[in-house]
Amino acid sequence: MGKVKCECGHVNPRGTILCESCGRALTEEAKKENLVDMRYEGSARRSQTYNKTIIDKVWNFFSSVKVGIWIIVLILVAASFGTILPQEFYIPSNIPAETYYEDVYGTFGKFYYMIGFHDLYNSVWFIALIAALGVSLVIASLDRVIPLYRALKTQRVDRHESFMKKQRLFAEQKASLQASDLEKVREELKKKRYKIREENGALLAEKNRFTRWGPYVNHVGLIIFLFGAMLRSVQGMYIDELLWIREGETLQIPGTDGEYYVKNDGFTLENYKQGEDLEVFNEAIDRVGTVAKNYQTDAILYRDENNDLPGAEPELTEVLHDDIQVNQPMKFESFAVYQTSYRQDEMKAMHFALTNKETGEEFGEVVVDLFNQQETYDLGNGYKVELLGYYPDFDGFTKEGEPTSRSPLPNKPAFLFNMISPEKPDGEVSFVEIQNTMEPLGETMYKMKFKNLETRDVSALTIRKDLTLPILGIGGIIFMIGVIQGSYWNHRRIWIREKDGHIYIAGHTNKNWHGLKREIHAVLDGTAIPEPEDRQKD
Amino acid sequence: MDKKKKRLYMRTAILAILAGLVVYTLYTNLTRESRGNLEAGDQAPDFVLTDLDGEQHRLSDYEGKGVFLNFWGTWCEPCKKEMPYMEKLAKEYEGQVEVLAVNVGESNFQVKNFAEQYGLTFPIAIDKGKEVQETYGINPLPTTFMILPDGTIDQIVTAGLTEEQIRALFESVKPSS
Repeated sequence: MGKVKCECGHVNPRGTILCESCGRALTEEAKKENLVDMRYEGSARRSQTYNKTIIDKVWNFFSSVKVGIWIIVLILVAASFGTILPQEFYIPSNIPAETYYEDVYGTFGKFYYMIGFHDLYNSVWFIALIAALGVSLVIASLDRVIPLYRALKTQRVDRHESFMKKQRLFAEQKASLQASDLEKVREELKKKRYKIREENGALLAEKNRFTRWGPYVNHVGLIIFLFGAMLRSVQGMYIDELLWIREGETLQIPGTDGEYYVKNDGFTLENYKQGEDLEVFNEAIDRVGTVAKNYQTDAILYRDENNDLPGAEPELTEVLHDDIQVNQPMKFESFAVYQTSYRQDEMKAMHFALTNKETGEEFGEVVVDLFNQQETYDLGNGYKVELLGYYPDFDGFTKEGEPTSRSPLPNKPAFLFNMISPEKPDGEVSFVEIQNTMEPLGETMYKMKFKNLETRDVSALTIRKDLTLPILGIGGIIFMIGVIQGSYWNHRRIWIREKDGHIYIAGHTNKNWHGLKREIHAVLDGTAIPEPEDRQKD
Repeated sequence: MDKKKKRLYMRTAILAILAGLVVYTLYTNLTRESRGNLEAGDQAPDFVLTDLDGEQHRLSDYEGKGVFLNFWGTWCEPCKKEMPYMEKLAKEYEGQVEVLAVNVGESNFQVKNFAEQYGLTFPIAIDKGKEVQETYGINPLPTTFMILPDGTIDQIVTAGLTEEQIRALFESVKPSS
């Protein structure tokens, strides 16, 4: 069954280098060496032992630290490529990525886009690399922590002298242990918080074994972190949406399945002003002109109580008022609404006066809301204006003479008015666009005189929800615990044994040999036990 | 159990779990773009909209008839072109295939004006809150969903249509009796 039986009688798993129990070298190479390799206590790394089925082969591939390091290097190199040019996410959204990269960055940009580096972090191969790292972490850790745990658990107190002889710190003397010396050593060790076990006249003092688990705790944290990152792609766990909302508008909040609405009750952009604000700002104001002090959307949050069907008239109940400022989001449930961007002075309404061209007399003002027009505007006394057509983004006329609009946005509004007056009860037709009036059906007596423009700001809000944050946080904390656990303590062991009229003493630590030497020196001070010497001089 | 066998099972199980997680991650990432988008064969999501005459139209009320669900805007040229054909065929197929035109959220004035100009008699609703558009994932205009009498989507067409094309679409969703 592939077991290796040691001379001491302990049965070790195949592939074991040093007997788990007594420490005798079990392989020819280990027997020849002057100092034993104490990595993983000379235990059998499982991956090295079975290599028959495809499962074992896959397992062994990921178990290799060398493979793991290669994966990390590949990820680092790959991730760095994504930073050469901006990712697709950051380029202007009104330009297609196909053309953007070539237009802006030339041939290099074209290839960059063709290879797929413009969306590198979401590409299959990059995610696959990260996944490979996760798999490597799990398997490589399992393959090492289990044998190490076994070896440290089954280690005997009276290690074979061949094991002790091959330790880095070792001394041997023809003498016998004095009970008083041992007593003193024991006391000193206890003071230094060693755990002492004694068997058959042999002593093993050990402390801080837990520090050996540090790297594995660290890996557990990393795996939890990766798992949290993976959850981001699960529906409902992570939402990142953008909402453009005009002042006065009430809109459904994307990502909330229609449950919540937000109203923009006003957008404010404040700049620092010389004289009003602290003097320290003066220099910057002089240098760049204007310095923004505050971007703010006064928001009202509503819940829709009639949210069964899309399109159903919402029944809104107010939930809360909040001033959304940069870094001061409005929070509700697990959502946060951030101030992201703005556009100032979008056209909202236009004021016209019905004016007699000859006398210049005005017969009332018409306010056309660019988002909600009326069919007729009654001005009284027989004066009335009918709206025949509205073209929010006027784009010229068709062959048939019909005005057209390029888009539904009021970028360049144009109107077809019918002006009714006591003199012209059937009305006169006037086509009005910004800074231009046409009279398509003949000259008119009246005109629509432009008076005023109402504008409003548009605010962009980012709606974000991230349920993976706590998981990422826990992963990060465990990661750090592992780092601390592995870094700030050393696993130290001291073996003392008398056999056939010889005193053997050996010491081992996973790091900071100097510290161990000092400790041993203090423990042995004033006893006849020889102080072990460091046989690996560097 | 044989220890070696046990180890093999253990390894297989762990690798299977890891592989499952990896495949799931890749799958969700690859389908993120198209997630939620409707396809032919899907159940058409129900909605309710009020038309220009103030009448409520609920999609599920049309069960048993074919539906020509058209999303449009007044500025959109191909929409303007196909409207007269829709009007003509809506009359021809009355009782078999219903036309429901959903404006993507313009003002009442604009939509009414448009309907009068083209003499449209089929129900026209304005999706003010853009909820229905969002549910149906509308991007280019016009987009037409052909819905079968049983409420499933037969076809999604994102282009302006000629009279013959609309006729063919009507034929494909009209009840078979």
